[in-house]
Amino acid sequence: MEKNFLIGKFWNTDHVLKAAKTLKEKGVLIYDVFSPFPIHGIEPFLNIKRSRLAIAAFFLGLLGATVAVTCMSLIYGAIWPMNIGGKPALAFPDFVPITFEMTVFFACHGMVLTFFMVGNYWPGKKARLFDDRQTDDVFIIAIDEEKLENESAVKAVLSESGAYEIGYQTL
Amino acid sequence: MAHVRSEIRQDWVTNTDTYGQLTADIVRPIENKPNALWLIFTIISGLVMLMCFGLIGWTIYEGIGTWGLNKTIGWAFDITNFVFWVGIGHAGTLISAVLMLFRQEWRNSINRASEAMTIFAVFCAGLFPLIHMGRIWVAFWTLPLPNTRGSLWVNFNSPLLWDVFAISTYLTVSIVFWYLGMIPDLATIRDRMKRAGRNFEAWIYGLFAMGWAGSSRNWSRYEVISLILAGLATPLVLSVHSIVSMDFATAVLPGWHTTIFPPYFVAGAIFSGFGMVQTLMIVTRKVYKLENYITMDHMESIAKIVIATGSLVGLAYMTELFIAYYSGSLWERYAFINRALGPYGWSYWIMFSCNVITPQLFWFKKIRTNMLATFIISIFVNIGMWFERFVIIITSLHQDFLPSSWAMYTPTWVEVGIFVGTFGLFMFFFFLFSKYLPVINMFEVKTLMHNIKKPQHVIDIENGNGGSVETESEYESGDSEGEN
Repeated sequence: MEKNFLIGKFWNTDHVLKAAKTLKEKGVLIYDVFSPFPIHGIEPFLNIKRSRLAIAAFFLGLLGATVAVTCMSLIYGAIWPMNIGGKPALAFPDFVPITFEMTVFFACHGMVLTFFMVGNYWPGKKARLFDDRQTDDVFIIAIDEEKLENESAVKAVLSESGAYEIGYQTL
Repeated sequence: MAHVRSEIRQDWVTNTDTYGQLTADIVRPIENKPNALWLIFTIISGLVMLMCFGLIGWTIYEGIGTWGLNKTIGWAFDITNFVFWVGIGHAGTLISAVLMLFRQEWRNSINRASEAMTIFAVFCAGLFPLIHMGRIWVAFWTLPLPNTRGSLWVNFNSPLLWDVFAISTYLTVSIVFWYLGMIPDLATIRDRMKRAGRNFEAWIYGLFAMGWAGSSRNWSRYEVISLILAGLATPLVLSVHSIVSMDFATAVLPGWHTTIFPPYFVAGAIFSGFGMVQTLMIVTRKVYKLENYITMDHMESIAKIVIATGSLVGLAYMTELFIAYYSGSLWERYAFINRALGPYGWSYWIMFSCNVITPQLFWFKKIRTNMLATFIISIFVNIGMWFERFVIIITSLHQDFLPSSWAMYTPTWVEVGIFVGTFGLFMFFFFLFSKYLPVINMFEVKTLMHNIKKPQHVIDIENGNGGSVETESEYESGDSEGEN
């Protein structure tokens, strides 16, 4: 699905932040900002909410812990009780290390898989780039043309903030 | 909206004023043909690795009888090397996870290489328990799988089984953490390769970059996942070596049966890991000319961690001695007297001097900033930490409760060869990594750059040259040579 975007290219994070802030104040909806590294503090200007991956991680960790405790209890409590020096077969303190490791294992891998799925990443996926320098040293603010109301005002904000190139591009 | 930044804070990046210059400096070894030196060292380490595999093959074919083990000393070199390599594998995740939680900015430029080091070290470590099984083809018996062997299950009370879980979790989580941290940088390389018209390389790196485009929405999520992964990996690092220490601490053997072992082993692991980071970084920054990104301040920070953890290890040694005396236990006292003054006393003093005494030299700034001295001390740290494991394992075993079964242990050439061979394996992978992947985390280091100058390609566009279509010459210069 190709769309037309008004883009502004920047070379400095301060300029990008300034532009994003001004656009937000003017009520312009920014489609996205592309940058070679995370720009801290830009999220509110793009209406990005904090990711809920932490919740996923918590439940996945819980799942890991449950799997570990259940398996060990079943194996030692029912399937294969072992009598070592008359000590109880079901010794929960001994289960702590494996339970912990399984918690971390499930939480980490599950969360990374979730991250790949929600972000729609897969090996060999073709990158959609406005400029092949946007992963190197160029910052791009993109605004959806369909949602653009006051073109000249937006262009003015971009150029006043320090954009070195402003134009339309389809992606 | 100018940066607000205290003047007394160090600059972690020096002599670099455009992002493009940083990228160009770091991807240079990837884009250029390898030099002769790299080829020679890679081939040598590859041959040493092959020797390792050959001797492992011989061990498996002939049996553990090819090693110097006996009835009293049932495990020696293998477990020493295992603990040694796992210990080295601790710095990487510590740097990437713990230092991230503590917001230590200097970690940004050394985390990639140390994580790689971690992964390769854990490869080496994992080999030893496997080959010590003798019948390596039944290694899957260590996994709690439903089976037809009378439905025989693993022993969940055994620290050796905890190790299986801890090491495999640690290895896989480290690999994922490493890879995830590399995705934006792989995208950078992909796009640079495409700009240079090298489509095959662009395709390969693009395959692994998973279509990364650097959207703010993705970055926001990416930052959250990095933080949670760091939060999960932090206790993981501490747990892994604690569990390794329990291999010994849960045995009722004087010299092993101590509650100090988990923290003592963790401190030792971080110490040895940072020792190895020093060794590798001094060489890497020199060979790849990365002094602007791994600055003297970085090397000093590493040295400070070495001195802190080295002193912790020294404290643990003293505590052990004191507790052995204070316990009043005859066996415990004997174990430690024998350790320091017995037939293996020489190894105890090598350990003590390399781990506790020489790192104290790092109190002097002159030594911290002298790369030759630092390199030598870091080698001492590596030697000392290997001997620490040797001392703990051999001296506690060789004179046990029954004097008639006292014995000595000497490694055979097969054991020594396998150990030396693991260095080949480690270095071989490290050399490949340093050639084909960015040794410095580019996007994280870029966040530490301040007072950026306008890049040349932007100046060209503003002067009416170029525009969206880029010219070949512009790519070639890559950095802003005109401005320096």
